[in-house]
Amino acid sequence: MEEIYAKFVSQKISKTRWRPLPPGSLQTAETFATGSWDNEENYISLWSIGDFGNLDSDGGFEGDHQLLCDIRHHGDVMDLQTLSVNQQWTTAHYHTGPGSPSYSSAPCTGVVCNNPEIVTVGEDGRINLFRADHKEAVRTIDNADSSTLHAVTFLRTPEILTVNSIGQLKIWDFRQQGNEPSQILSLTGDRVPLHCVDRHPNQQHVVATGGQDGMLSIWDVRQGTMPVSLLKAHEAEMWEVHFHPSNPEHLFTCSEDGSLWHWDASTDVPEKSSLFHQGGRSSTFLSHSISNQANVHQSVISSWLSTDPAKDRIEITSLLPSRSLSVNTLDVLGPCLVCGTDAEAIYVTRHLFS
Amino acid sequence: MEELDGEPTVTLIPGVNSKKNQMYFDWGPGEMLVCETSFNKKEKSEMVPSCPFIYIIRKDVDVYSQILRKLFNESHGIFLGLQRIDEELTGKSRKSQLVRVSKNYRSVIRACMEEMHQVAIAAKDPANGRQFSSQVSILSAMELIWNLCEILFIEVAPAGPLLLHLLDWVRLHVCEVDSLSADVLGSENPSKHDSFWNLVTILVLQGRLDEARQMLSKEADASPASAGICRIMGDLMRTMPILSPGNTQTLTELELKWQHWHEECERYLQDSTFATSPHLESLLKIMLGDEAALLEQKELLSNWYHFLVTRLLYSNPTVKPIDLHYYAQSSLDLFLGGESSPEPLDNILLAAFEFDIHQVIKECSIALSNWWFVAHLTDLLDHCKLLQSHNLYFGSNMREFLLLEYASGLFAHPSLWQLGVDYFDYCPELGRVSLELHIERIPLNTEQKALKVLRICEQRQMTEQAILLLTSHTGDVGLWTPRVRSICKILAMKAVRNNRLGSALSWSIRAKDAAFATLVSDRFLRDYCERGCFSDLDLIDNLGPAMMLSDRLTFLGKYREFHRMYGEKRFADAASLLLSLMTSRIAPRSFWMTLLTDALPLLEQKQVIFSAEQTYELMRCLEDLTSRRPVHGESDTEQLQDDDIETTKVEMLRLSLARNLARAIIREGSLEGS
Repeated sequence: MEEIYAKFVSQKISKTRWRPLPPGSLQTAETFATGSWDNEENYISLWSIGDFGNLDSDGGFEGDHQLLCDIRHHGDVMDLQTLSVNQQWTTAHYHTGPGSPSYSSAPCTGVVCNNPEIVTVGEDGRINLFRADHKEAVRTIDNADSSTLHAVTFLRTPEILTVNSIGQLKIWDFRQQGNEPSQILSLTGDRVPLHCVDRHPNQQHVVATGGQDGMLSIWDVRQGTMPVSLLKAHEAEMWEVHFHPSNPEHLFTCSEDGSLWHWDASTDVPEKSSLFHQGGRSSTFLSHSISNQANVHQSVISSWLSTDPAKDRIEITSLLPSRSLSVNTLDVLGPCLVCGTDAEAIYVTRHLFS
Repeated sequence: MEELDGEPTVTLIPGVNSKKNQMYFDWGPGEMLVCETSFNKKEKSEMVPSCPFIYIIRKDVDVYSQILRKLFNESHGIFLGLQRIDEELTGKSRKSQLVRVSKNYRSVIRACMEEMHQVAIAAKDPANGRQFSSQVSILSAMELIWNLCEILFIEVAPAGPLLLHLLDWVRLHVCEVDSLSADVLGSENPSKHDSFWNLVTILVLQGRLDEARQMLSKEADASPASAGICRIMGDLMRTMPILSPGNTQTLTELELKWQHWHEECERYLQDSTFATSPHLESLLKIMLGDEAALLEQKELLSNWYHFLVTRLLYSNPTVKPIDLHYYAQSSLDLFLGGESSPEPLDNILLAAFEFDIHQVIKECSIALSNWWFVAHLTDLLDHCKLLQSHNLYFGSNMREFLLLEYASGLFAHPSLWQLGVDYFDYCPELGRVSLELHIERIPLNTEQKALKVLRICEQRQMTEQAILLLTSHTGDVGLWTPRVRSICKILAMKAVRNNRLGSALSWSIRAKDAAFATLVSDRFLRDYCERGCFSDLDLIDNLGPAMMLSDRLTFLGKYREFHRMYGEKRFADAASLLLSLMTSRIAPRSFWMTLLTDALPLLEQKQVIFSAEQTYELMRCLEDLTSRRPVHGESDTEQLQDDDIETTKVEMLRLSLARNLARAIIREGSLEGS
């Protein structure tokens, strides 16, 4: 992990996303977008790590990423997704004042798209469903949540999954009318806020969430209302969690405590994990609750769901050299990883598995 | 009164009308001065006399520079690394760590300088370009001073290596020679180039004798007539004894060898060996350390500290650190020759050569427009244990004072405040208090930002408790809890204003704010009474132990539990819960009537649910409520109507209770009888 490039960009980065590659493409990712927050003027910027045809003296690529263009964004950028649309929706999220029709806008905290559908959630506890070609929201669920919704992801169309600030996962089915979730899963007891969620790219019932206490929870939404495993991870809020899109045995998390971790659950090749040994430590399993998986076909069981503590060793590697301010966001695509921090730096590596 | 160290800079405020006594100043939060003015930034033409504008003067302008932001952010990481250097480390390993830190700081300055330089070149507006250029020269001066401080205070080079370091210092900062060298060597006939001898002279002045020799060999090739004397000069250059880092020879040996070499040079001068070539002769004079010959090259030396180092190189190469200040002062005097007075930079460097750290920091504070430099340099020097003896008559020590100033400047910026937190953390005396004062001024526009501020507060609270066991001199352990609470309360209030009761409740639970939880619970109950159904069930059903925060919240949770039991047709459990809510006095009295009304359908069920004893309890509650009902002095019609409904309700309840009691007695009696 020696080749991780940092660039200071004079703005606190709240979100970053790779530009998706066309399916079947052999290229590596080249372009990513970032959004800033808490500046007097916030921007959405596009960056390129492409070589532009000029190689540096060592014959390798120039490590630095270059700014392609940026656009001013009113307010903090809370979430980013990529899609080709040309439309803007204003006042999608708002608070209704008590007793009066006056609206004050509420922060929209999460967005997810699955062409052509776009789902947004906000601090107002509202879920909006948009279509890329519609001017108005196709569907709105008011008061979907009593607390703030922090993140959203698609489960299987047309189902979405939201996490909120009282430690619950809710599954919503757009086929059902009414404002009730089809299923609620929750952490026990303490109502620790959940800040991020990601779905396993191949096994749609496997979901990872990160909470305020820095815990990583793995859920199987088909069974039980409690997480399959709780893994002690960061020391402060986990802001983002991502399964590797094409290599889902690998998981990446980042946190307010300034760390960025690579979780490797590929247990079948133990030698392989030694490549990531630097700074690694094995995880502590706190609880394994549900284990009635006998009916599940063996080959389908993801290593994330297996409940034998002796068998699954998860190697954890810290990817950033020194800790300082919060790592707010990360994204992985192929061998490339990008993350953005409150210390106004963007880190990029293009050799995750080398 | 304290004497001023320098003239304060004058800031002009446009649009101040002194005739109308329009001079009001006020210190605003975040290190700024606001004053009233009729100057409108946006529409320059219009002067509306009745409507003055506010003009803001900021104290630390550099904080707002986009490029310097990178310096602040990157150096923040280095600063943290420095604070974490193990105090246990001593001697060599510690020193090498500190030198590495110092070099890191300098490389950040250089990176910043280069970027600023690029921007200055690219700037379209000449005024803008000038501004960037002046920033470049400030950054360059900062790096120059830092580097010298590194050599003298951190590296603490002894006689011998000291001069090598100083030579590197000069070579790094007088770098025109490289482009000149490329220019000359790139030409067809280097030795005939206009600047050929200038280049050779500069190389000699900087002690780069190997390169100078190569140049001379080109001259020898080009003109065979002077080949002989060029070779002699080359030999002199080659044989000049210098201290090489890997060499084990002692200083005395070196001095002896150097003395021999010097005498040899002297001989060549007396023999007038180089009389045919004035260029070579002046080189020889330079190599003999001849002051007059050196001063002739003023143009090429460009500044007095270059003169100083060259002079030392050729007259006293094993200069002791303690003698430096004497040479520095005389070099400065000789170089300026009474023609001009020293600039602030000259004074700073001179103070450094005098090993007067405090003077260096003081002069820098006055001359530079930001606190970044002095704060970080002082902190580093403090880690070298160089500043312990010095205490200020205000605040705490100098390191802390400067760090506080710098961090306050960061907090004044709308987005750099997160950096400031860590600086306050490392100010043992006043850092915590300052952080408390600053952090409550951060606007909380989104929950995400609030969460980050909360995390900062909560983290400090935990460490505080740990530290307080050891040193309890500050005694402010309680101050943080209110801050955490107040942030949560702000958010809870916001949520209430936005009709987000669930959110408000979870914030007050997080703040452990019983009073506010009661208030929100009351809102929930009121909404229930109005609408007949609960909202935000996902939260209320999952309160868990948090329900104990306030009586009202407990009641809310339990009351909702009653409804759930009732819905699940667990009538007996529901009935005893309902009764216990009243008998344990958890339910507010104002709510009793609602609870009794809720009991009605249970009383009217086919099977007997309330036992005789429970029915008595219910009756007691009802009588308790009706007997203590306040008597209205004057009653309007509406009141009468309300009373009417109320009376009917009570009558109905009494009837139901009596019927239930009868059924219960019969049932219980028959059960006992059987």
